[in-house]
Amino acid sequence: MADPHRYQAIRDRFEATVAQLRTRVDANLFTTSTFRDNCRLIVPADKANQVHSLLASLKAMGFDMLVELGAADYLHYPHATDRYGVWYCLLNTQSGERIIVKTFVNDPEPRLRSVFDLWQGADWMEREAYDLFGIEFEGHPDLRRILLPDEFTSFPLRKDYPLRGKGERHNFQPILRAES
Amino acid sequence: MAIEPLEGVMITQLDYLANWVRKHSLWPMPFATACCGIELMATGASRHDIARFGSEAMRFSPRQCDLMLVAGRVVMKMVPVMQRIWLQMPEPKWCISMGACASSGGVFDAYATVQGIDRFIPVDVYIPGCPPRPEQVLQALMDLQDKVQRTGTLTAREFAKRQVLEGPHLKPDQVDPAEQIVAPGNFASATRLQN
Repeated sequence: MADPHRYQAIRDRFEATVAQLRTRVDANLFTTSTFRDNCRLIVPADKANQVHSLLASLKAMGFDMLVELGAADYLHYPHATDRYGVWYCLLNTQSGERIIVKTFVNDPEPRLRSVFDLWQGADWMEREAYDLFGIEFEGHPDLRRILLPDEFTSFPLRKDYPLRGKGERHNFQPILRAES
Repeated sequence: MAIEPLEGVMITQLDYLANWVRKHSLWPMPFATACCGIELMATGASRHDIARFGSEAMRFSPRQCDLMLVAGRVVMKMVPVMQRIWLQMPEPKWCISMGACASSGGVFDAYATVQGIDRFIPVDVYIPGCPPRPEQVLQALMDLQDKVQRTGTLTAREFAKRQVLEGPHLKPDQVDPAEQIVAPGNFASATRLQN
């Protein structure tokens, strides 16, 4: 069995980071939660426009690497109150401290401010979230599809998108033997 | 007075001779996108040795190939690439669809996966399997050689004039001709055997 104090040092450090963070941003901007060594800051959907300032403060505190930017669709998810979740996994490369910032956006226009100005590595990750979920990142320098073809019109990782697509598989002209 | 043929000389049709030469020197274009590509490499390696059938010269330039070997699943974004490569190959040319994914989409019945490459380019021989054994690839190659011998073409324009079904050579009289249509199901467009 796991030692219950195994993650205590990580959590103590997280508490110190949160205390420092509350002096920099609105103290009611976020809530915290932990699971094992995951330390999370959760920003509710109505304050999602302030996530950028929260992330900027974290960057100023030494979280200099954006490890991951991801999204999920919580449609039909039990007890979910918001449609899309977006998370930022940060790493302080000096101390090794990690922190996860999670926020939510909703239809009809799921949009967030781009963090490309903080971490340029967000470029392709924001494009991927836009490509598959349709979340728009304002201020992104080149927000276009990255995985799917440019002429694709849907956002296929949304839960209301049918698995077999909406006919995108048949949009190309076949080449017949006599013509090629 | 009849002219006696010279000793050691064979008289044949030029088409037959050309096809005979052609079928023993197929140069595959390995369009390998997934695990079938590994089996294709095994087919080319020493144990199975595709060189026994004259097809060991795999070229990665479509200009130098006359057999497109699609091995693996193809996504929609890849379709324009595949079609361009097919168009870049000089006539005469043939296509083998290797494995369940290339032939039908396989288990990947999702929005981004092509449900059979024959929806977009002509296919001569289909290989079932997931992935097929190298022996199956060699069998398909022999089937294709048989087909090349019987359908040799210079420009493929004559396919447009076809009016009857030309199914695969094996067990042709056991299968209802209507059953032999796989795709695109158009007499004028598919490569099928003459008579």
